[in-house]
Formats: sequence, structure tokens, C-alpha cells
Amino acid sequence: MTSPTVTQPKLPGSLQTNRRLTQWLKFLPSGRLQLYSGKVEIGQGILHALVQIAAQELALPIHAVEAVSASTAFSPNEAVTSGSLSIQDSGAAVRHVCRQARALFVARVAEKFGVLASDIEVLNGVFKHGSRTLCGYGDMCVLVNLDEEALPLSESTSAPSFALTSTRPAPRPDLLRKFLGHADFIQDIQLPSMLHGRMVRPPNLHATLNDDAWVQVAQRTQAMPGVQGVYRDGLQIGVLADSEPTATQAADQLMADLDLAQAWNTPAVLPDAEHLQDWLRQSPLQTTTVHAANAAWPDAQASAVQMLQADYNRGYVQHASMSPSCALAHWQGDALMVWSHSQGIFNLRRDLALAFACTPEQVTVQHVQGAGCYGHNGADDVAFDAAWLARLAGHQPVRVLWSRHDEMAWSPLGPAMSVRLQAGLDAQQRISFWHHTVWSQGHGTRPGRNATPALLGSWLTAQPFPILMAENVAMAVGGGSERNAVPPYALPALEVVNHRVMDMPMRVSALRALGAHVNVFAAESFMDEVAMAVGQDPLVLRLSYLHDPRACAVLQQAGALSNWSQRDAVKNTSTSSDGEWGQGLAFARYKNTGAYCAVVAEVEVAERVRLKRLVVVADIGHVVDADGAINQLEGGAIQAASWTLLEAAKFDRQHMLSVDWDSYPILRFEDVPEVEVSLIDTGEHASLGAGEASLGPCAAAIGNAVFHALGVRVRDMPMTPEQIVKAIDLADDKT
Amino acid sequence: MAEFCFQLNGQPQAIQAHDNDSLLDVLRQTCEQKGTRFGCGLSQCGACHVMVDEHAVPACSTPMWSVAGKRVVTVEGLGSAEKPHALQTAFSELQAAQCGYCSSGMLMTAAALLHATPKPTPAQVRAALQGNLCRCGAHNRIVRAVYQAAEAMSVS
Repeated sequence: MTSPTVTQPKLPGSLQTNRRLTQWLKFLPSGRLQLYSGKVEIGQGILHALVQIAAQELALPIHAVEAVSASTAFSPNEAVTSGSLSIQDSGAAVRHVCRQARALFVARVAEKFGVLASDIEVLNGVFKHGSRTLCGYGDMCVLVNLDEEALPLSESTSAPSFALTSTRPAPRPDLLRKFLGHADFIQDIQLPSMLHGRMVRPPNLHATLNDDAWVQVAQRTQAMPGVQGVYRDGLQIGVLADSEPTATQAADQLMADLDLAQAWNTPAVLPDAEHLQDWLRQSPLQTTTVHAANAAWPDAQASAVQMLQADYNRGYVQHASMSPSCALAHWQGDALMVWSHSQGIFNLRRDLALAFACTPEQVTVQHVQGAGCYGHNGADDVAFDAAWLARLAGHQPVRVLWSRHDEMAWSPLGPAMSVRLQAGLDAQQRISFWHHTVWSQGHGTRPGRNATPALLGSWLTAQPFPILMAENVAMAVGGGSERNAVPPYALPALEVVNHRVMDMPMRVSALRALGAHVNVFAAESFMDEVAMAVGQDPLVLRLSYLHDPRACAVLQQAGALSNWSQRDAVKNTSTSSDGEWGQGLAFARYKNTGAYCAVVAEVEVAERVRLKRLVVVADIGHVVDADGAINQLEGGAIQAASWTLLEAAKFDRQHMLSVDWDSYPILRFEDVPEVEVSLIDTGEHASLGAGEASLGPCAAAIGNAVFHALGVRVRDMPMTPEQIVKAIDLADDKT
Repeated sequence: MAEFCFQLNGQPQAIQAHDNDSLLDVLRQTCEQKGTRFGCGLSQCGACHVMVDEHAVPACSTPMWSVAGKRVVTVEGLGSAEKPHALQTAFSELQAAQCGYCSSGMLMTAAALLHATPKPTPAQVRAALQGNLCRCGAHNRIVRAVYQAAEAMSVS
């Protein structure tokens, strides 16, 4: 006999797994609302966007709503803040619970004052019956029981209130505090009797240390005034001191002395940076079909009268956050308290518990803001380091700040990728088949997903946990290296294949947009190569393969805003001293299910590419916070421009060599282009995340603009002067 | 150890420090003014910029001996919640940041620029901020905010 299954009603976003209203909302007698979300602020303004949703749904003044920074102790578990999902996950949940809470308050107010609920209006947090003021949320909060599960809303309550978006945009309160110099970052926390830690890292993951040399060198460091301890467990090495400057000095001294004593044996385990593309393709591979060829494939291939093929590549990209990662940890008995800027505090808690052989309930992780970087940087790793040193320190809390060198050399990298595009053109000059192949390591080693911890330090101890192979998240949530490898176009025959490199010489993980940066760069560059082959305008060609009106709309608007139809005339009359002028365009729908984004880039190319202007047009559905979304789309485009023009990790076979801002330059003010962002919101569609939509299209638009300027296709990122010369030489060889 | 006397945000200070202790460490540790941020410790990123006698300098590589007798202004001394500097107002109005970690350094570099060049062109603003890195891509907003602050200051 089978037991009856109780099916819970489907609820929106993260409410599905965090179903109680009290997990999200706490009304205070003062009339203020505390809003709890499991998503964390990483500079994207998510907390402020959620505040705006709550204020709108409850008709509260925006300043009456306070978003509480997430903690594993009291926040809903919303896993990781990533993938441009926070508005979809947390925003949908907040919108729903606020609507339900408002209905509960209105019903209670109606009962108390003996009026009809349908006659009650809420204005500025006050319940009104005609011109009569009844009470406010604060007066009612003890009378309304929110300790219940959210229910599916009735038709009338759940109707989208998109048209109601009248909450006046308000500046983020956290930003004003930062502009005034408040000590709000994790780096600023000062706990009583806190010790300061710094790490000393091996040259690479497979190095070994001469024990005799270590003992001598460590003794010298231990004797430095202010040094509380020098600790080593295998290759996990740290110093503790009574002040930050002393800890820094001690770690620097220890590192220099270890080098001087030639204490390290450093095997050559890193791939050949000059031939990454070959290394990727020749490594052990796990191959999956992302999109299987359908029955039309043989005919489509047979009908092709012309074949096109091209390879596109990217090196490893560094997160290069503005601040080195930082964490604080404090053991009190068996309980561990951690302060972290991790993007996934619950997953970090789980992996810390694994690493320190305790239960997740013994660990609390409190989120505190750090510098932005939009990806899996060292935030989680440094939390392990702090907990490790704090356990050795005994009762005192420990703060660990990585050095700039640690941050550059040891934060996980965005994976190197290689992509091959192939297409056939039929006798009518139409695409008959399209083939997209990806070679890349997986794009994720975030904590919380494996049987063993994904924390760097836990891989370095004498009895280490295994180094985890990077994985790709499922295609259902967007995929990793294969993200956006399926083109958005209606094509008669399509096959997409992903080769996951089953090796981990370079530690890689999630970097903003994952594989979409390279896949969109490749596919949208290739689309222009098709346009060139058939002699069609790239915008017209794209529109002829797009059936989704929202996709067409962003492309057409980008064309209109950038004066696209005049681009050849502008090119022919351009007299800039900065080089040949060119304009390029690209489009993608992020993850094929998220925001639509078209970008037009204008460049001038002489010895190097000068990016002059970007036009970004996006459809992110219902816009919650227009200024925040524009900031995200523009910031994403600028970050992508930096990756595309400048960024690749430098390393030899033993060490990371790009370890500061001189060896790893990023885009600076004088090279940042003018950016115009335009949003299309027809009022009919639900909200989609904005944070990662512009990166892929921006990269491809730059590549296409360079081609328009030079007539030469640059297929390798970053598009440095050397790459451009190489592409010109290659083109010359072919002619 | 020696005693270093300097002015911090208008207040006289007498601080015990070593000659080569960095101004950044003294500000953050000794003076407990955390608004000046550590970014690289190599004067490559601008996150720790402060003004010393109206010039923007990286506090991470400014030794204490060099600030003796000087006027040091940090972001905390630029303005206050009650009386924000025109730059702080403009940065807030234009939401000229994302994570805000680079903001203190941006503000101090901009303050030094406006002291020397009260009416800069956008190109001069970019040139002045060339040594300040931002990873979030808020550059254009920052340039507009500095420009707006300059306009506001020239009116008032």
C-alpha cells in the first residue's frame, strides 16, 4: 500500500522552499518593517530592489523598510546569490508574501473597525476608510499573526501589479553611508581582543615544502615582536599577530625567507599558457550533447553548398576584486561564528562543517558586504582560513585578510575556453545547419555541492580533502561552460556539444556570466561571418532568423539608437586620429531564458582597440528599479569590455604571474567608453535578472566592430595589440 | 618609535609610530578611521587615496615621516551626513557606485582635482581618476558626479 502524497501548493521563487511569512517579514510597533532575504548585497543593489518591491506591495514609505543582511541564523535559505536570479527568486517571494501580509492586515483592520475590507485603502503605511485614518501597520502588528505558511494567492490578489510601479526611485541608503566613509565593510569590523591573520601560500597546489628549512624559517618569524603564532598544517600556513601591520610584515618575511632558503619544491603542473587551446582540446574530456541534431540534420548537411568554420578563444580571467578577501571567525566551545562576504552563506556553512567535522547547526555565517567582483572569488576560502586560525588561537576571534597577491593568485579563475563554430549555407544563401562545440573546464567549484568541502585551505592540509574538479550546473538553470552555446536563432538543423576538461591544474570557478561571455562572443562573431559570406547586413540577417518579438525589439532599438543604418557612410567619412572607425552589433538572451540584450559597439582601431561607445538595449521584463538595472547593465558591459580587450591571467608552468594591477591591468577611466543603456518594458512580462545579460553581447559587439574597422576578424580574447597583429598576419597569409 | 604631529580632518594629532609605518595603517588602526580602504598596498589601485596638503596620495605607501606637519583629509573629513561635501551629494544623487569599495579613494582624488581645477572638463576628470580602479563599471557615473559637483560648487 502506498501512502498518500501530500503535495504542497507551488509558490513563487524562493518561497517554495521557505514557506512561512515570518521567515521574510517582521513588522515592528514603530511602523517599520524588517525584510529578510537569503540573497546578499554584492554591489548589485539587490537589497534596495527588494525593499522597493516590499514598499510597493505594502504601500509603505520606502524608508520604513529595512533589509536585514542575511545570516544562516535567521534568514531564509536562498542558496547562492548568482546567475542573475535574485529578482526572480527573492523578488517573487517578497512580492508574494507582502501581498498576502497586506491582505491579512486589511482583513484584521476591517474586523477591528467594523468596516468592509474592500473599502480600506492603504496609503503610506496607513489604513484608511474614506477620509478616516484607521491605524498603521505598527498599531496592528501584534494583532496580525504572520506565523503561517504562504498560500497561493487568489486570482484577484495575484494579478500582476506591474502598472502600479510608481514607487519613486530612491537612492540606495547603503551607498550614501559608504560615500561618508562609514565602516560598513567586512574589512572594517573590529571585535574585542581580535587577532589578525595572514596566509602564506605555496607556489602552486602541488608544491612540497622542505621540513628542515621550514622549522628554521618559522622560528625566525615566531620570534618577531607582536607575532602570536606561526601555524602550519601541510601546505596550509598562516601567521597570527596582535595587529594587521605586524601580521602582514610577518607573512611577507616568512614568504621571503622560505624563498631564500629554497624551501619549496615546485613542480611544473600548469598548462602551457601559449597553447591553452591545444591543452583544452587534448585533455581528458567528458562530452555531452547540449542540443542533439534532429532528423533534419543529414538533409541539412547535404543541402549545404558552402561551409564556414571558425575557432574562438579566451584565456583564464581573474576575478580581481577591488579588495582582497576577508573573514572573521570565533570559536566558542564547539560553536563557530563566521563573518563573511560569501555569495552563498548557507553553502559555506555546510562546507565549513564538513571541513571542521562538526554539524552545520554548530556554525553560523553572517553576511557582511565586501568589495564587488561578481563571482566566486576568495570569500569562502578566507572564511576557512579564519576558522582554521581561530581554532588554533583558542578563545580569541580572528580576522584574516588576504594580500593582493593571494587574491590574484588564489581566487578561483574564470575558465579558459575554446569554441568552434561550423555552419553550412544552402543554395539560397540561408543557414542550413549550425554546429557549436565548447572545450572548457567546468565553471563551478562553489561550496555546498559536493561530499567534501570546496574550500582552498581544506585542500592544503596534511590530510587534505580532495581537490574538486570544476562542474557545470544543469542546463535547466542555464548551464556552465555551455551557457548560451545554443543560439537564439530559428535554424533548420542545430547541434551543440560540450567537452568538459577533466583536469584541474588551474583552480577555476564561477565568474560573472559563466560560459556566456565566450559562447556569445563566438556565436555572434560567427553570425557576422555568415553575414559577410552572404553579403547581408548583420542586423537584417539576425532579424531574419529571429521569431521572438522581444528579441527583435531590442535589436531594432539598438540599431535605431546607434544610427546603425548609416554605419558604412560614417566609416567612409571618419577622420579620427585614433584609427579606423567601426561599429559592431550583437544579441543574446541570457541563458536563453533570461533577459534580452542587444549591444552596439563603436571602436577606433590603430595599434590597439579604443572602445568609444556602447549602446545597450535590454528587455528585463517588469523593471523593479530602473536606475539599479541600468547601473548593472552598464557595469556588466564595462567589465566585459575589460575582459575582452585586456584580461588574461599570466602564468608559467609553475606559478601564477599576474598577481597585482600592473601585471593584470583592467580598464581604466580614460579607456572606459561612453555607455547608453535603454530598457524596454512593455508592462506585460515578469521581471528577469539584469546583472549578466550585457556581458556576452558586449564582447561580440566589440569583435564585430573591430572587424568593421579593419576587415580583419580577431577571434582570440583579449584583443591586445599582439592579437590584432596576429589576426592581420593570419588574414594576410590567407590572401 | 617617534611622535608624528599632523592635522587629520582639521584636528591636531600626535601619533606614536615608526618612520616607515604607512599612513593607511595609522589611519585605520591607530586613529580607527576605517573610511580609507585597503586595496593593494602597492599604490596601484587608488582605493586608499587621501589628501595630504590638498594633493591626492595613496595612503598605503605614504610613510608617516612624510606627513609630519601636514594636513591630512580623509573621506570622513570631506563632509558629514548633516553637511555633505558637494561630491558626496553628487555621488549619492547619481548613485555613482555599485559596491562602493573604491568610492572613498574616488572622492578624495576628485576633491584634490576640484581644489586644483575647480572647473574641469570631463577629459580632465577622467585623467585625474586614471589611477583609481573600479571593478563594478561605475566609471561614467563617477565622472558625471564629479562634473556635477564641480558645477554645484561653482554656483555656491
